[in-house]
Amino acid sequence: MTTEPLATPPKRKTRNFALLSNRAGAAFMLPAGLLVSVFVIVPFFWVIFVSFTNRTLIGATALNPQFVGLGNYLALFDPATFFQRGQFGFSLILTTQFVLASALLGQALLGLLLAWLIQTVPPWIKRITETFVIAAWILPEVVIGFAWFAFLDYDNGTFNMLLESLGLPPGDFLLQQPFWVIVVFNTWRGAAFSMMLFNSAFSSIPPSYFQAADVAGASSWQKFRDIGLPLIRGHIVTDLILITMWTFNTFTPFLLTNGGPSYRTELVSIYNYRVAFQDFQFGKGAAVGVIMMLINLAFALIYLSLGRKRAPK
Amino acid sequence: MKISLPAFVGRIAFSALAALIGAAFALPLIWFLFAPFNARAELGLAIPDPWTLNNFVTVFGNSYAVQALWNSFIQATGGVILVGAAATLAAYALSRSSIPGKGAVTYTLLLFSSVVSGSAAMVPIFLIISAAGIMDTHVAVILTFAGGLLPTAMFILRDFIDSIPKSYEESAMVAGASPVQAFFDVALPVIRPGIVVVVVWAFVNIWGSFLIPFILLRSSDNMPASVAIYSFYSEAGTPIVTLLAAYALIYSLPVVALYLFVSWKFGFRFFGGIKA
Repeated sequence: MTTEPLATPPKRKTRNFALLSNRAGAAFMLPAGLLVSVFVIVPFFWVIFVSFTNRTLIGATALNPQFVGLGNYLALFDPATFFQRGQFGFSLILTTQFVLASALLGQALLGLLLAWLIQTVPPWIKRITETFVIAAWILPEVVIGFAWFAFLDYDNGTFNMLLESLGLPPGDFLLQQPFWVIVVFNTWRGAAFSMMLFNSAFSSIPPSYFQAADVAGASSWQKFRDIGLPLIRGHIVTDLILITMWTFNTFTPFLLTNGGPSYRTELVSIYNYRVAFQDFQFGKGAAVGVIMMLINLAFALIYLSLGRKRAPK
Repeated sequence: MKISLPAFVGRIAFSALAALIGAAFALPLIWFLFAPFNARAELGLAIPDPWTLNNFVTVFGNSYAVQALWNSFIQATGGVILVGAAATLAAYALSRSSIPGKGAVTYTLLLFSSVVSGSAAMVPIFLIISAAGIMDTHVAVILTFAGGLLPTAMFILRDFIDSIPKSYEESAMVAGASPVQAFFDVALPVIRPGIVVVVVWAFVNIWGSFLIPFILLRSSDNMPASVAIYSFYSEAGTPIVTLLAAYALIYSLPVVALYLFVSWKFGFRFFGGIKA
């Protein structure tokens, strides 16, 4: 080691040493910056603009849309039709119920239960259970949609076969209970994420906590309530926000029910698709998109503020 | 350690419950283990008699079906190359340079990427692709997915690069390497596992997606398998079950293979990320 001063001027380097100069850094960011700008940031502002026009997919207003002010929003929130089937309000309420039932109750609770169960069961049961839960999550949505279509078929489906073998009456659930079908479907589809998140949260708790509880003779429920649950509270909040956002935006139930029968499973994402691409009303569809994004924004801000509080880097 | 009787019973009850839930998750999928190999498959569960590969022969004889798998491959691969390359460069810059406003950029990206979902932004995405004159092309799907998946890919990679000591590249630069050389010859090989994870995640996302190709593509020559699968419906709208089952199985295989590969290699749990 030499104590001689370096030949190069030391001032610039000691002040704020970075491996990559600002110019090189900017060049490295450029491709990603362009792609994200065009396909994420521009759509955000463009959809706001389009929502104030009467743009359509075909016809005269496709090329020369007119400015209609708040017209699209007033149509969406028209109190005379708001709650009717196939209208925006119905769809929004349906989606809220869907998120509450399938994400907050279904996925989160089932994921929590599974994560807790697989902490203690023999490894081979853990592996088999995990495999199927994760398979439900990673397989392509089209395949899953068709699998459930076959599963619930009235005449031959596996589910009715099972019900009959248990002495229960079969049912045409896709027609009779479409809402509960998509609730169970989405719970089944997405529980894996919550399970894995909670599983890694539980694994990060020092085993000595549970051993001490064992010595004191605590039951599994007591350990869950008094040790497991309080220590993973942060993870639960993260999980709830993420699955709420994903469930709110999901389009997958379309592949099972097409939004029907008679709009009974028309979530806002499916409503948006129908208005824009089947009724060709782009302006109105854009207004739906704006409202969806505002709701997403609210959840994202909550999520980011929580993240900042927890990780003050 | 000795186990008391109640604890033993409790453990059995736990195992039974876990197995029961596992079985409930398996039920809707079991049909897929049999129907593709059954020449007379219907929507009901039936053991094939005899087992046959005829359905697969028919699928591979259908040029449209094969073309669709190829289209899925082109779109997923194209998207993955773009996402992998652009995300690696950007994440490296976010981690190693001191560009002013780095934190703000990260925050804004996180915010936008979770707000602008595919189902909320379908109208403007359609209009942008239409304005760019690339409607009904592979490029349209590739670019849209690259843009949508990039923010999440960048965060995963930035965290990964942050965890690598800077001294690797510093020592290379002391030895006379330029910053760019230090990136390509020293940092890149170390980051590679992170890139593999991001690439697999992006591939699975694009390969399995339905909505974006569904609205951006028109001609059957460009349709990926996720949309083309609906061609196995008869004129009356009822599914041709034998072909659909076999096709769905073929179409699922890459996803399963990639998942097994990644969990074998990294013990990695898929992180859902933002679905575009």
